[in-house]
Amino acid sequence: MNCKNIYQCSDDRKFHIPSGCGIAGLFNKDGSPVSGEKIFRAINSMKERGNGLGSGYAGYGIYPDYRNDWCFHLLYSQATARDQVEQYFKTFFHVKLSEKIPTRKIKSIKNPPLLWRYFLQTKNSTPAEKEENLIVSVCMWINHNIQDAFVISSGKDMGIFKGVGEPAEIADFYRLEDYKGYLWTGHNRFPTNSVGWWGGAHPFGLLDWSVVHNGEISSYGVNRRYLENFGYYCCLFTDTEVITYLFDLLVRKHNLSLDTIGNIISAPFWIQIDNYSEQERYLLKWLRIIYGPALVNGPFSIIVARGNFMLGINDRIKLRPLVAAEKGNSFFLASEESAIVSMEKNPDNIWTPEAGAMTVGFFEKGNHGNSKNRT
Amino acid sequence: MAIPKIVPDFKVIRDENLCINCQACCRVCANDTHSFDQNLMKIISDHRKCVGCHFCEEICPTGALTIEKCYSQIRENFNWNEVDFKNLMKQAHSGGILLTGMGNDRPWINYFDHIVLNASQVTNPSIDPLREPMEIKTFIGRKPDSVDQVKNKKHKFVLLETEIPVLFSAMSYGSISLNACKSIAAAAWEAKTYWNTGEGGLPESLKKFVSRTIVQVASGRFGVDAKYLKDAAAIEIKIGQGAKPGIGGHLPGEKVSAEISAARKIPEGTDAISPAPHHDIYSIEDLKQLIYALKETVNYEKPVGVKVAAVHNIAPIVSGIVRAGADFVTIDGFRGGTGAAPVVIRNNVGIPIEIAIAAVDQRLREEGIRNHASIIAAGGIRSSADVVKAIALGADAVYIGTATLVALGCHICQKCYTGKCNWGIATQDPYLTRRLNPEIGKRRLVNLLRAWALEIKEMMGGMGINAIESLRGNRDQLRGIGLNDKELELLGIKHAGEAW
Repeated sequence: MNCKNIYQCSDDRKFHIPSGCGIAGLFNKDGSPVSGEKIFRAINSMKERGNGLGSGYAGYGIYPDYRNDWCFHLLYSQATARDQVEQYFKTFFHVKLSEKIPTRKIKSIKNPPLLWRYFLQTKNSTPAEKEENLIVSVCMWINHNIQDAFVISSGKDMGIFKGVGEPAEIADFYRLEDYKGYLWTGHNRFPTNSVGWWGGAHPFGLLDWSVVHNGEISSYGVNRRYLENFGYYCCLFTDTEVITYLFDLLVRKHNLSLDTIGNIISAPFWIQIDNYSEQERYLLKWLRIIYGPALVNGPFSIIVARGNFMLGINDRIKLRPLVAAEKGNSFFLASEESAIVSMEKNPDNIWTPEAGAMTVGFFEKGNHGNSKNRT
Repeated sequence: MAIPKIVPDFKVIRDENLCINCQACCRVCANDTHSFDQNLMKIISDHRKCVGCHFCEEICPTGALTIEKCYSQIRENFNWNEVDFKNLMKQAHSGGILLTGMGNDRPWINYFDHIVLNASQVTNPSIDPLREPMEIKTFIGRKPDSVDQVKNKKHKFVLLETEIPVLFSAMSYGSISLNACKSIAAAAWEAKTYWNTGEGGLPESLKKFVSRTIVQVASGRFGVDAKYLKDAAAIEIKIGQGAKPGIGGHLPGEKVSAEISAARKIPEGTDAISPAPHHDIYSIEDLKQLIYALKETVNYEKPVGVKVAAVHNIAPIVSGIVRAGADFVTIDGFRGGTGAAPVVIRNNVGIPIEIAIAAVDQRLREEGIRNHASIIAAGGIRSSADVVKAIALGADAVYIGTATLVALGCHICQKCYTGKCNWGIATQDPYLTRRLNPEIGKRRLVNLLRAWALEIKEMMGGMGINAIESLRGNRDQLRGIGLNDKELELLGIKHAGEAW
């Protein structure tokens, strides 16, 4: 299953490969840490949703000692690329720590790429927003220009662990049980092609965004060209990449609320808009007119996480599954109820979010639930 | 010397066993092809006069008539083909520019026919439009960059809203009959789309449809006054037309009846000549002045667009037009129709609409101004598949002209300029125009749009797309067949067989 020659397989990223998937997320909104083993259990319970060609996990709150540093997880297909990246980092950052990501030898994983993590501080203290733009451009530059290097994650106090393999193999490989975080998402992939490049597995990360996604986006061609207007260049040809950039654009650049973004990415139908009050109708209409190219079409369920929230959203006619649950301060999302039960045996509340509706949990605020129903 | 005669284009075949000598054909043909010979007591047809409009064939109560291509041919010669040969003969006879009607009929490559669409299989589900909403509502005009721009009300964003991304193309009252205009205007009204006056002004009897009317301001400025501009849904400045880029128009005085004179605001019986250029637009900054003069007139409450023919430099031209303030740009490809154009211009000037849309959409995106104006593609849209392909290449909507007329009966005989249209479309002769019943005409056009809407939804559903905005510019859903690398590059699509 694993490609014998990782280098050759790095060409995966030139193609848009449809995949089916299993996704899950858990979020302790009070910030209490939990071992990565829990999210692994959820993903592993949906093993059938993948075919062993990709799994991954994202954890938040896993690097408390380096809470204020930018943490880059890097994937090197060739060891030589490391020098290039590290040289490039020196231009912008002080490197506080540079180390190999601890891994375990797994029999079935042959020729894993070199995986490295860096904790970085920007050289000149710049406003937060500018700093984020710098991080985005650094990621884009590395992913575009250094062929054998790929930035897996680039947030603060978070990291993504992913690769080509079964959920159990990847969790074992990365020693996931050693990490403790308050928010975890996971992904199990069923690509239709054989793939060998580890960067193609999910979650996809940028800044402290991480996105796991199940679906195939039929609006990909529009979304990608729309993002190019704003300087986001898709280098992976995966739907998840496009979704991540869309969220980054709408949240960071356009300062839109999550509710509004839900109404853009899974815009209500015109016949639904007709049922809203005049004021809401006005806003929804203009959102569709302005952000039509950001509408995500085709089947999808997505879990998007950032340090302070986790949300789930479906396509407008719910062509992929998504279940939500809560227990005390914990908030769960998954493709299947079984995955939620594997994390929490007796949830207080378990429900199926409506088509197109966004379900959000915020850090410490404790108010989440189904967003407004559409009639 | 023996003057060579021109071989007729058509041959009228009359089945004598079926013909009952009712002489309906003699009465209906505006070209006097058929006549009753009192001596022979039978109907004689002069093949030379037949234009191939098939009206007599369809009106004949016994089905005795068949119009065929005339097979008398010169020795086959790929260089001296029949069309060029005949045209040369005609010019040797007349010494004039040859005229024609409708769009380019030469066998140039049609890119729509070399593009195929995608459909969902396994990895994502196709969507059944019978069971799920399928949205094709379209907005035309300048779109804001952000919600704040709408909220702070500094700029006015005025948009045309249409239930189907298909509009009726500009055809003036004068070039076509009032009954044809009525059919089109009423159909636009009922189907909640728009029709375009062309440079014919807005006749009194069509003013009730004004809120679904795009009015044209062309180089002759016929029919234009403040009320005409203010009442309309939108204004379109016509710079050029796909059938005759760089060429003006001429409605002969004998067609300028009392009604046409009122609509065009010119004296009865005078020639209505639209100059080749606008004599107040010799440059892009002049266009900007006209756009803003019109916007001022309508208090920025109506979108103002510009129509140009697709020519070599189309992408920079459109980019300039958008920067000059146009809210939409109509691009008319070289297959676009006309009521009258020189044959040599129609057949040799301009570029295909498919390539033009792709080039313009890409250029506007690269410059970050794609949302500043909508693109309406025109010229050669024949079917709902062409609509879907045009939109996936990057158009916001399409105009249909020839397709509209065909739905009204036109058989594309290309003789619009003679004023003798037997179908009552391209004529002002009351004997002919009353053949077109505007009520039935409207119904046929509404039917056409309804059928296309259903088909567009089926194609979108197959691709797993349930909103037209997810199709617009989505070239991933297109593949080329039998195109070379350069053509694929210009269209921005992959070849069939290439995966995502």
